Amino acid sequence: MSEVERHSYDVVVIGAGGAGLRAAIEARSQGMRTAVVCKSLFGKAHTVMAEGGIAASMGNVNSNDNWQVHFRDTMRGGKFLNYWRMAELHAQEAPDRVWELETWGALFDRTGDGRISQRNFGGHEYPRLAHVGDRTGLELIRTLQQKIVALQQEDEQEFGDPEARLKVFQEATVTRLLTVPDSGSEDGARITGAFGYWRESGRFVVFEAPAVVLATGGIGKSFKVTSNSWEYTGDGQALALLAGASLINMEFVQFHPTGMVWPPSVKGILVTESVRGDGGVLRNSEGKRFMFDYIPDVFKEKYAKSEEEGDRWYTDPDNNRRPPELLPRDEVARAINAEVKEGRGTPHGGVYLDVSSRLPADVIRRKLPSMHHQFKELADVDITAEPMEVGPTCHYVMGGIEVDPDTAATPGVLGLYAAGEVAGGMHGSNRLGGNSLSDLLVFGRRAGLYAAEYVTELGDARRDVDQGQIDEAAAEAVAPFANEGAENPYSVHQELQQTMNDLVGIIRREGEMAEALTRLEELKARAAKAGVEGHRQYNPGWHLALDLRNMLLVSECIAKAALEREESRGGHTREDHPGMSADWRKVVLACALAADDGHIDLVRRSPEPMRADLLALFDRDELKKYLTDAELPAEEEGSD
Amino acid sequence: MSYKANFRVWRGDVDSGELRDYTVEVNEGEVVLDIIHRLQATQAPDLAVRWNCKAGKCGSCSAEINGRPRLLCMTRMSTFSQEETITVTPMRTFPVIRDLVTDVSFNYAKARKVPSFTPPEGLKAGEYRMQQVDVERSQEFRKCIECYLCQNTCHVIRDFEDNKEAFSGPRYLMRIAELDMHPLDVADRQKAAQDEHGLGYCNITKCCTEVCPEHIKITDNALIPMKERVADRKYDPIVWLGDKIRRRK
Repeated sequence: MSEVERHSYDVVVIGAGGAGLRAAIEARSQGMRTAVVCKSLFGKAHTVMAEGGIAASMGNVNSNDNWQVHFRDTMRGGKFLNYWRMAELHAQEAPDRVWELETWGALFDRTGDGRISQRNFGGHEYPRLAHVGDRTGLELIRTLQQKIVALQQEDEQEFGDPEARLKVFQEATVTRLLTVPDSGSEDGARITGAFGYWRESGRFVVFEAPAVVLATGGIGKSFKVTSNSWEYTGDGQALALLAGASLINMEFVQFHPTGMVWPPSVKGILVTESVRGDGGVLRNSEGKRFMFDYIPDVFKEKYAKSEEEGDRWYTDPDNNRRPPELLPRDEVARAINAEVKEGRGTPHGGVYLDVSSRLPADVIRRKLPSMHHQFKELADVDITAEPMEVGPTCHYVMGGIEVDPDTAATPGVLGLYAAGEVAGGMHGSNRLGGNSLSDLLVFGRRAGLYAAEYVTELGDARRDVDQGQIDEAAAEAVAPFANEGAENPYSVHQELQQTMNDLVGIIRREGEMAEALTRLEELKARAAKAGVEGHRQYNPGWHLALDLRNMLLVSECIAKAALEREESRGGHTREDHPGMSADWRKVVLACALAADDGHIDLVRRSPEPMRADLLALFDRDELKKYLTDAELPAEEEGSD
Repeated sequence: MSYKANFRVWRGDVDSGELRDYTVEVNEGEVVLDIIHRLQATQAPDLAVRWNCKAGKCGSCSAEINGRPRLLCMTRMSTFSQEETITVTPMRTFPVIRDLVTDVSFNYAKARKVPSFTPPEGLKAGEYRMQQVDVERSQEFRKCIECYLCQNTCHVIRDFEDNKEAFSGPRYLMRIAELDMHPLDVADRQKAAQDEHGLGYCNITKCCTEVCPEHIKITDNALIPMKERVADRKYDPIVWLGDKIRRRK
């Protein structure tokens, strides 16, 4: 093997979205020499697509809000499957993470008294989302990007080199984590670095580092209809699996209720929930606001019973209940799916989302500028004058890499950390809108902080990378060139997307998922024969051929876990097991790579019981809907 | 509804290249990026193109379509006639890496030269107070998706490679204006705009505004007000005197 380009760092962050950049800022601020490695250009990460806002209980619009209420909403949204400690930390720390952004230059929309404005969103009891129109994700990325530039300017002053302690390696893809066996445990591993290639030149690169933070985002590109960009190929999930870590809750995939359905080439592109938060309503082809028929029992007391009450809520939220268009996303997605299936859909197979009859045109243009722009440019629809056609789109994976709630460390792989969408647990079975951007900031910071702490404690006890692993990784990466013409990676990808969409989609059935697993096996065999033409310089066919391994691994995790879980909860709906079961709430399904390296093993884990003071934030009657009798707190004596 | 379109796509690298002809299927509602992707999947698997969100939000897929700087993902095929040959070439102002992908590192280098947001000393996180009307000016500029189409089209650097050293381009002059108009920024940015970023090179032909996919009024709202601020300062006798005295020290 020829000599490979090498770089040595204290902490390597893979991924440059919100979580990755926040982790890098923290690690560098703790004195670590830090590298960020990302597949796209710096500042283009999928976080820019986030529209609605960042959930944080600052209480600027309704002073009744506090972290306890946010925690409660998050647990309800996730149907109590969340790692409660993560939900607790998230709710407690989100306000500080938002305020901190202002000190780095972020410009949020303001309240009348000059504070950060907050908007309503599905599942949040109070107006809670800090926002900038409907382009909050862009503001978040740009602010973090500019903070990184600020840190580099400091280094230029101090060392004459802006990249002395923080460098972004852009358009580089990591294909393997490098590890050595951990002497301290039987089957554990310890991080020594990461192996990847430059997209531009195709040349290989090795990062030597005792700590790696995975912040690579989600898995949407395994599905045909998705709001996710090409980068979302499950890289971090697969890298972690291959290094010996586990993925949890992979059966829970969020289908956002409102994606564009027409024209076909933009099918799946997100239509922000803010449309509904600001007054937009859902109607079927008969003109009926059908969401009133779909309020589930667990939420019966919390949502308006009539259109009149729902409409009053926008101006008088203290004396009215919110309209059911603002139910958590899983409920709305299933309702739309059912309406279309029963023949009450629009001509292009969606339902109508109408804001034109609800708000004046200039207000729509001011509050939802990028939606106005998106529909005008891509679908030739003026949303101030006519309704949009929308339908569910694969948006987010709640499951992900198993992490320690406090430190974001990955059990089983020393030195490996994960934050953001790639990590599991925080959102349980369903994520509330707005909780993603706050998740990125809270746990991105924690991952960077504890990775730095680990490296500091490690001192000089770093281990060298194993040359054998580098050679193997290089051989794996060039393999598609030897398979010339055998299988077209684009065709394999399209079939994978169709399979997951049709057989492991919003509504799941046992037989279909078993069929999906059979097809995934066939696709794995074909992906191994995927061939590419041309050379290694900026070759998208080659890049896709390598990404297929990751997409197939996470797809298998999703299908296996979904087949196993015989209940319906959040982002996992079984037609053959429609009810939610308190016994299944006590089961966490963990996926790990089998000893033969080619398959996924499923293990059942028990979640930690929720702390008493957090349980006390809920009424006993509400807890009964989720918990088994044995888990319920003792009834208070003397209470009625 | 589908038809066969004639495409000419620039293929090559830093050493050499050529326009290559393709005949490719087009379906209803598609954008130019869809057609580029179809070429990759069916005829040219190694055709290099940058893209991410495919919704006009990330600014990755900048190129020139029939000579006009555009985002590939926001250019609908229905804006062309079915007989027309559609020519897609990389952005001309930046060095080609391969096919439609260019080396945009110029922009990152310029970004690093703009001193970052400088809040007033002692103002704590959580205590920032700003009025909506005061943040709106800078908010308009923060809509920028950094597609670099304005940088690409600006003739100061498009036609004069030598100016790249002294001129930061509309994107970064607008960034300076954004910070200068930030209600809480305390840094002095006007002198640097002129002396270090080449504001004076801009002769307000508004080409940048015309190509901006976010419809930001770069010239009217950022560059001209910035020029006015610099000019006021230059010709204000008190500022002039202050500068003189300070320089003497």
